[in-house]
Amino acid sequence: MIDEDSPGMNPGLAEAASGEFPGEIENGNSRTPRWRKFLRSLKVPALAIFSALFLGGILIILTDTDVLWAWARFFNDPMRALSRSWEAVWDAYSALFVGAFGSLSAWSETLLRATPLTLAGLAVAFAFKASLFNIGANGQMILGAIFSAYIGFTFDITGWILVPLALAGGVLGGFLWGGIAGVLKATTGAHEVITTIMLNFIAAFLLAYFLTTDTFLPSGSANPISKNMLEQARLHRFISGERVDIGIFIAIAAVALVWWVLEKSTLGFQVKAVGLSPDAAKYSGMKVALIIALTLAAAGGLAGLAGATVVLGATGVLTGGVIGNLGFDAIAVALLGRSNPWGVLAAAILFGGLNAGAVNMQAETQIPVDIVIVIQALIILFVAAPDLVRAIYRIKKVDTEEAQSFTSSWGSS
Amino acid sequence: MTNIGANLPADEIQAPADGEIALEAEELHKAKRVGWIWIFVGVAIVWLFGFGSEAGVETTFNLSLESDLSITLPSRISCLAIGAIIVLLGIVQSIRPLPKRTIFTVLIVLMAVFAFLIWATRDSSFSMVGMLQSTLIRATPLALGALAGVLCERSGVVNIAIEGMMLFAAFLGSFAAAATGSLWIGFVVGVAGGAILAYGHAGLSVTYKVDQIISGTVINFFALGITSYLAAQILTKYPDLNRAGTFARIKIPVLGDIPFIGEILFDNNIYVYTAYFLLPFVTFMLFKSRWGLRVRSVGELPKAADTVGINVYRTRYISVILGGGAAGLAGSFLSLGSVGSFQQNMTAGRGFIALAAMILGRWNPMGALGAALLFGFAESLQSKLAIIGTPIPSEFLLMAPYIVTLFFVAGFGGRARPPAADGVPYEQG
Repeated sequence: MIDEDSPGMNPGLAEAASGEFPGEIENGNSRTPRWRKFLRSLKVPALAIFSALFLGGILIILTDTDVLWAWARFFNDPMRALSRSWEAVWDAYSALFVGAFGSLSAWSETLLRATPLTLAGLAVAFAFKASLFNIGANGQMILGAIFSAYIGFTFDITGWILVPLALAGGVLGGFLWGGIAGVLKATTGAHEVITTIMLNFIAAFLLAYFLTTDTFLPSGSANPISKNMLEQARLHRFISGERVDIGIFIAIAAVALVWWVLEKSTLGFQVKAVGLSPDAAKYSGMKVALIIALTLAAAGGLAGLAGATVVLGATGVLTGGVIGNLGFDAIAVALLGRSNPWGVLAAAILFGGLNAGAVNMQAETQIPVDIVIVIQALIILFVAAPDLVRAIYRIKKVDTEEAQSFTSSWGSS
Repeated sequence: MTNIGANLPADEIQAPADGEIALEAEELHKAKRVGWIWIFVGVAIVWLFGFGSEAGVETTFNLSLESDLSITLPSRISCLAIGAIIVLLGIVQSIRPLPKRTIFTVLIVLMAVFAFLIWATRDSSFSMVGMLQSTLIRATPLALGALAGVLCERSGVVNIAIEGMMLFAAFLGSFAAAATGSLWIGFVVGVAGGAILAYGHAGLSVTYKVDQIISGTVINFFALGITSYLAAQILTKYPDLNRAGTFARIKIPVLGDIPFIGEILFDNNIYVYTAYFLLPFVTFMLFKSRWGLRVRSVGELPKAADTVGINVYRTRYISVILGGGAAGLAGSFLSLGSVGSFQQNMTAGRGFIALAAMILGRWNPMGALGAALLFGFAESLQSKLAIIGTPIPSEFLLMAPYIVTLFFVAGFGGRARPPAADGVPYEQG
């Protein structure tokens, strides 16, 4: 924080401090080592997480009747009010932490939840790179889940072929669904936020429809729950007795792949160029329409893979609510990860941990799991509004910083 | 600012005129193509519903719940006649485009739906009045939510947080009504709840210049989290605080006694009547008043508005907060107007449907009402047909309005153009 009081001395520092995707913007003048830049890039997310937990703590205090009674007698026994407040928050957060990272099975649950969040988070983040807001990860996940579930309960072949086939089916489903939005955007200019929201609804109804057909339901059943995946179609659980499966390694591999594409490949360069300035990209000879369509389709493919890991992993069946709100949580993950693939992984593990830990917290302290949604909302609020964090912690704004813009809104296009 | 054109080379000033002619020819071509679509629709109706109905079978529509008022139509002949009229209109349109194409399009959609109903419910009776009543009830929160979107976006602030504002208002309205025992306090608090979140949205997007779509996402998250948390923490422990009750229906003395129309339109709760008043009123204010001109100018060209002395920030704040109030009405309708209590995530995506209705209604409150009625109609049709049983899966009926919106956004059948500065933060000098 002290360093930043001297603006202009070190331009590279300013970029790192603004949290612009670390390691991505190379600055020739900078003498700061990469690892220091990396640490500085963590400042805003770290402060965001801290602030969100702090406000969450206040919410816990305000809704705990015992604590409120202690405050009502504040003038009789001020220490008691403070200590009861501290205890309530400490109990809740320590249960949250233990449930998230405190044991092998806690890690198992955390990583299990982090798997689809990572993949769907990549789907949102990858689109962000082209200034596209993929709010349709949910629908793309549903399509992926439908495709891979169909393969997973239909073809009775060896798992060595079936699992890759089912995963590929998931990618294809999401790819097609994202591709619709991509092609519409590229050819007609239809804004992807609107089209993907519509496609989310359509996907949900499509899923509801399939869960009424004989193809998906076990014979004689009218419950909207699909046939079970074949045993060999399920993702391998590598720790006996724990639910975490090899999906997490698939997710990590996808992170590495997306990082490689974005940083080392021509396609990634073009995606980012289109994101920075479609006009400039066009005049330098890139096929902007094709890149936009491809970006959304590829993002859909990643989300489809996320859907596949859900049905082939922990759940093992396709139901109407199998995807839930994961595609929307993925937006939060992508924002917190600042669209950097490795950042997305870290954010997904954090959010996976919050969700896993919340179950333990509710069991031990009766504080509803829903508080983690509030905490997640506050985290992305502070990440998306760095000015707010700066205002709270009195960090000076450096001149060279630019406002972070993830997307283009529909009026501007 | 006024004489920018004077500095341009002459040929550049000429350019728009040529462009306009080209545009007109394209419009004419497009209009004729629409005619072909109508012909196709008409033929499809004749083929599917006309010849799809057995000769001599009749359809009965009940027009009243209170009396035996009903009409009976011969199924096949009615569908054939409707199909023929649409084909005829299509032929006229493809030769010499009709004026007021939108009205004819709406008319044709209505006729097509009517033909579908005659076919789907042939050989039985169908409660028309029941379906239209439930259409109106389902459409009201959507129309009010869309009104929220229109108010925000006309001033240049994208609002995908309608969902969150509605949910927050549904909770606060229900909670306040149950805690105080007064539905009216719940009504007011619900509106205030929507406005509070809207104030947050305005603060983030106007003052802090946070990407407006992200700000909306944050608000949706926050509303879902805080209402779910408080519902689980407070309402489950004190169930009395979740027994708000609903506004009773008020039958308007004379109008409510009109058969059919009166039962549908003039026997509703306060929210529906509020919507009757607000939608035309805001339309009038937006397009005919000085205030509306200012809002729209801020949404189209904030720089110019700023230059002539309009306070861009203040105008945007006020519009967004008013929009939040409308979303508050939409949300508290769900808890106080129909369910009578709060349930976790009770908006269930209606805020996003309202967003679609706003776009489909071309950022115009009355247009949004039409779109909301379409969505409401699809929902209530689906629930009615699920009972009767048709060869078309009900999920596809529910899907239809979203597909229509998708096509519409993609520019088929009329381009949806948002306000020019929608979503662009403005730096006030």
